[in-house]
Amino acid sequence: MEIDKSLDRAKHRSAAQAKERTLRISAYVVLIIGALSMIMPFLWMVTTSLKTLNAIFVQPKNWIQMFVPTMLVWQNYVDAWTKVPFGQFYLNSIIVGMAVTVGQVFTSSLAAYAFARLTFPGRDKLFFAYLATMMIPGSVTMIPVYVLMRVFRWVDTYQALIIPAIFSAYGTFMLRQFFMTLPKDLEDAAKIDGCGFFRIYMTIILPLSKPALATLTVFTFMGNWGSFMWPLLVTNTMTMRTLPIGLESFKTQYSTDWHLLMAGSVMVMLPIVIIFIFTQRYFVESIKLTGVKG
Amino acid sequence: MALKARAKETLAAYLFLSPNLIGFIIFTFLPVFVSLFLSFFKYDILNPPTFIGVKNFVDLLGFHSEAGKTVANDPKFWQYLWNTVFLMFSIPLCMMASLGLAIALNRKIKGESVFRTLFFLPSICPGVAIAILWLWILNPEFGMLNNMIYWIGKLLGFDLPGPLWLNSLGWSKPSLMLMNLWIGVGGFNMILYLAALQGIPRDFYEAAEIDGANGWQKFWAITWPQISPTTFFIFIMSIIGGFQGGFMQAYIMTGGGPGGATTTIEYYIFNNLYTWQNAGYAAAIAWFLFLVIFVVSIINWRFGGKLVHY
Repeated sequence: MEIDKSLDRAKHRSAAQAKERTLRISAYVVLIIGALSMIMPFLWMVTTSLKTLNAIFVQPKNWIQMFVPTMLVWQNYVDAWTKVPFGQFYLNSIIVGMAVTVGQVFTSSLAAYAFARLTFPGRDKLFFAYLATMMIPGSVTMIPVYVLMRVFRWVDTYQALIIPAIFSAYGTFMLRQFFMTLPKDLEDAAKIDGCGFFRIYMTIILPLSKPALATLTVFTFMGNWGSFMWPLLVTNTMTMRTLPIGLESFKTQYSTDWHLLMAGSVMVMLPIVIIFIFTQRYFVESIKLTGVKG
Repeated sequence: MALKARAKETLAAYLFLSPNLIGFIIFTFLPVFVSLFLSFFKYDILNPPTFIGVKNFVDLLGFHSEAGKTVANDPKFWQYLWNTVFLMFSIPLCMMASLGLAIALNRKIKGESVFRTLFFLPSICPGVAIAILWLWILNPEFGMLNNMIYWIGKLLGFDLPGPLWLNSLGWSKPSLMLMNLWIGVGGFNMILYLAALQGIPRDFYEAAEIDGANGWQKFWAITWPQISPTTFFIFIMSIIGGFQGGFMQAYIMTGGGPGGATTTIEYYIFNNLYTWQNAGYAAAIAWFLFLVIFVVSIINWRFGGKLVHY
């Protein structure tokens, strides 16, 4: 009797294990199919960027011909780089990206500290106003700011690319959420020792918030790197263009030179992909913090 | 003394706030109202604006009678609004795929972080580069997609002609939806789903197993209700994003065509503002968009708590 029962149980268990294994295998199948469909376009981009112009316009006979280039024409990258001033675009993107990031982290963290830790009249209403504006479509505010740039004669300047992008409700919100989670004991002790608010912010809050600050830094920089509509509106000359706008003008000029266009696209993507691979945990972190996309 | 301390704290608070607040007021808060103000003007940016009352809104949303038929004052706008909504039909599909990937990733998989990185990649890459890449993928003659369709046809033993994708009236929108699916499936939505799945207590499943529930039953009885707040959140955010979407694709890939089939509201706003220098009309459209999004957000606040089961 007892033996029967335990045999039964064992059978049950092995059935469950078999089922678990099927589920695991199907999970792998789903993931591998997903991964292949993600990677194939990128692979094809790189392959195209290394072909000659003639080789692009040949129907590949099989998968290998499609994704493995028979020759590696690195010259394409040199050509793409020199046909339009990619070096200048890179420089502009780096300058604008760094300035916006520094500005945003600095102003957001100051404001977030006030919202998270200080009591003052109008705090909750003001914070609500910040939150509410995150719901407003960007185009609503973009129109008057664009007009303002024209009136200020800021078109084709670094100011136009940098200053309107610095003040972020999202950054303030994200850092405020993080500051709220920090324990208050240290600050209380510092206050008793006669520390002012600015010293508390500098010596306690900021050092404790390195992960959140890093998250905002990465987020802002990467977001700015891909930013398209605003730089398109406020730049007209080649020398002021950032990478995305530069790539777009490259596309307009060389619309059928797919090997060069792909080389250009790779050059625009590469820095972001590298930064992302090293900093991806911050992305997951920010989502957990705010539940909002960046 | 206490009063003085409070005044000091208030002063400090506004000092901390001021760098951000000043910028916020100039570049976000005031422009919202300036935008509304502009929508009642004819304004080409070069000449001073002229007040025209609600004409922009009548032109945008009104109808008139023409040869006995009711015709929209701006039929293009309604076409573009429909395009924008049509492109959003891919949202449910995209969400299902995100959930599928998240469920698969949640099974203590080897190489989880490699998969996650790969899935995330399209959504962090600069949109321009992705758009140019997809323009090439969708090339009817030499693009990756039609090459693959051709091979699959050959494998099945007949000639399978691929569609013209972006050049075709019927396929242009599905092309963009396919691309959006590829971009969005493994990004933030998948991470949000993954976090939600990891938040479901293990013992719920153990209890169901004791009752003899199978995998499908467990999904519908436990997983689906437990992640419904996330589903609702993603859905609302996707709708809000969808109404503002489609600019980059239209500008880089299609020019809004063929026949306006891929022009979205956002691209129409841009053209009014930049190409045609009609800032007043652009502001009117933008405010219309704002109101639509506002209604969606109200639905979110009002019903979000009721539709989901916690």
